[in-house]
Amino acid sequence: MNLKYNETYQEFREEVRAFLEQNWTPEDVASNPVVNELKRGLGGGARTDERATEFRRAAVAGGYLYRHVPRAYGGSEQRPDPLKATIIAEEFHGAKAPYELSNQGPAMLVPTLLTHGTEEQKETYIESTLMGHIRWCQGYSEPGAGSDLAALRTSGVLDGDAWVVNGQKIWTSNAADADMMFALIRTEPDAPKHDGITYMLIDMKSPGLDIRPLRQMDGEAHFNEIFFDDVRVPRDSIVGDRGNGWKVSRSTLKAERALIGNASMQRRTLDGAVALAQLTEVRGRKAIEDPAIREKLADLDSRVCAAEFNGYRLLTAGHRGEDPGLAGLVTKLYASQLSYDIAMLALEISSDRAMLGQGEPAAPFDGMMMGSFNGAFMLALGGGAPNIQRNVIGERGLGLPRDLRK
Amino acid sequence: MDFGISEDQVLLKDSVRKFLEAECPTTRVREIMESDTGHDATLWQGIADLGLTALPISEEYAGAGLEVLDLALIAEELGFACMPGPFLGNALGTIALQAADHGEAKSHWLPRIASGKAIATYAAGEKVGVWEAGDFEVRFSGGKLYGEKPLVPFAAIADILIVAARDSQTNAPDLFLVERAADGMTTRELIGNDMTRRVSTVHFDGTEALAIGGGKAAIDRVRDTALVLIAADAYGGATRCMEMTRDYVMIREQFGQTIAHFQGIKHQLADLATDLAPTCSLWWYAAHAIDHIEDRAAHTAALAKARITDLFDEMGRKGIELHGGIGFTWEHDIHLWVRRSLFDRAFFGEASYHRARAADLRGW
Repeated sequence: MNLKYNETYQEFREEVRAFLEQNWTPEDVASNPVVNELKRGLGGGARTDERATEFRRAAVAGGYLYRHVPRAYGGSEQRPDPLKATIIAEEFHGAKAPYELSNQGPAMLVPTLLTHGTEEQKETYIESTLMGHIRWCQGYSEPGAGSDLAALRTSGVLDGDAWVVNGQKIWTSNAADADMMFALIRTEPDAPKHDGITYMLIDMKSPGLDIRPLRQMDGEAHFNEIFFDDVRVPRDSIVGDRGNGWKVSRSTLKAERALIGNASMQRRTLDGAVALAQLTEVRGRKAIEDPAIREKLADLDSRVCAAEFNGYRLLTAGHRGEDPGLAGLVTKLYASQLSYDIAMLALEISSDRAMLGQGEPAAPFDGMMMGSFNGAFMLALGGGAPNIQRNVIGERGLGLPRDLRK
Repeated sequence: MDFGISEDQVLLKDSVRKFLEAECPTTRVREIMESDTGHDATLWQGIADLGLTALPISEEYAGAGLEVLDLALIAEELGFACMPGPFLGNALGTIALQAADHGEAKSHWLPRIASGKAIATYAAGEKVGVWEAGDFEVRFSGGKLYGEKPLVPFAAIADILIVAARDSQTNAPDLFLVERAADGMTTRELIGNDMTRRVSTVHFDGTEALAIGGGKAAIDRVRDTALVLIAADAYGGATRCMEMTRDYVMIREQFGQTIAHFQGIKHQLADLATDLAPTCSLWWYAAHAIDHIEDRAAHTAALAKARITDLFDEMGRKGIELHGGIGFTWEHDIHLWVRRSLFDRAFFGEASYHRARAADLRGW
């Protein structure tokens, strides 16, 4: 146990700071539309404008961003070093500079293409995805295929030089802004469930493809339904072999679990809840002075601390090549429950004003905490419903028998 | 940066686990906890022979000079095994004496404690819920102690008591050493929920004591160490309850299959594991902080004690429920840990008290 960074890493931190000072000026910071720490906590505000792209290219050249991606495809191709990666993330966030884009394209498609893509696919898609020039959505879930994803039925039939796709996808995040979709399509109807699926890259502007926004409980529409009516997809626009899509998609799901398991978002929302309690006066007393509120904040603090330190532990385990067991398997379920509990406490702190919605100036923080309340649901349900997580933890972590599955 | 335990620490844990599996199975736990003193000299000598009593003592006094984290890793194993005996009180007495400022007392007692020939204990808590140095009312005046310490672990068998009390002359808290059977000291053993760790009320009526110094800083360090050792014990105990319950649901058959096949059971265990697994890093960090990150020690120790003793209670309760009726019988072992969790919850103050302290320490 040693929580100090040694000299090499101290020097590396200085180097990153110097790079940021030179390449991301106070004017750049001021022009950043992200002004609210809470919004940052909810994952908003990633810039992809020309200035941000210019900066990202410099950061790639310096070896700071997209370190796992080869230089040939627009990454910086560095030896894996979780400590350096942590230092870079800390310093970039501290300087409010553009960081790696963390939406579905860079986080999920790129690792998949690196493992399974053809040379041409890698050249066409990876760099433009990393810079945010091609935006992706994920076409996995269907009305009849949620937790049981392999039950999907959207079909692809080969007709000359193209696949003809028919069916429906649902819960597709950010589809309206996306240029392309990576999708799982059933191409071998007679093969066993998991062996009849192909991983396909589909142009969102294809004729016959219809996007319908799905209004959420908070009134916003992050999700969409996508209808395919004889959509033609070029024959070679598949990743991996035909019928092998289930295996190809596994690398993507693994990448997503890593994406969701980080505790920094919970720390920022808890900081937000503390700030809310310090500002909000309830029945003539600041909420932060209420012993019941203080105790609940401290309880959540213990849970966020545990997540942070567990993150250090996983980092070290990765560095040492050790399997962290349960400590690694539980992070997603843990983080989503914690987010929900923080959001609930923020509503309690808001007292009767918790009934006011996001954007209402009479609500504390303009109702911003409602955003984290809704965000907690998205965190819980994205990348596998909580009960699927519980199955994974029970079966792989505790060695309990597998569920009955058909 | 390296956030993990070392190879030596893994070896230390393994050796304690193997020793306790062989020498302290639950049949032995029951014999010892039902004995007169609740203490077994042979088992204790085995613990000393493993070097565990010498571990926190500096090399100058025939110890191993290791850190709070090493001690906490042992506390975890003792919690896992539900080992009866004076480990916790002895460790706190040792840490207190080590942190005090009296060379003669140290060189006389610490080597004896290291070898297992003497047992120490620590007397801190006073009126209901009072555990802070500045609030103690037992007083030291003219070389003698006056007042009462209601919750002292294994006072009946300890060779020395390290007492946190107020020095009448300076009106400041400090540490004092009392030897067994000193004049003017009476002890009464209490009926505790946890039969593996006995407690007594100790009354001082002009009891001869040696002022050993250390002041508030030493008393605070002992408090933080106590909170971490209790958290580690609770983590070990909770882990054992989870494993016992997991093993049971995998052999218990109902409706033609083992009950582990039911999602209601699988998901309940998965939720418990999800809460518990990340807390290991919480007490590791707090233990490390006591020796290396001073300004984070009090806060994280308070959070670890509060969070993990809560989880130990929950794990014990859910563990009994998942066992069904058998879990509520005297023959079944799980109640040994449920009783132990009641000690961990209460000793040095309840969870909500430490959360309130943690909120203050955050500056909220």
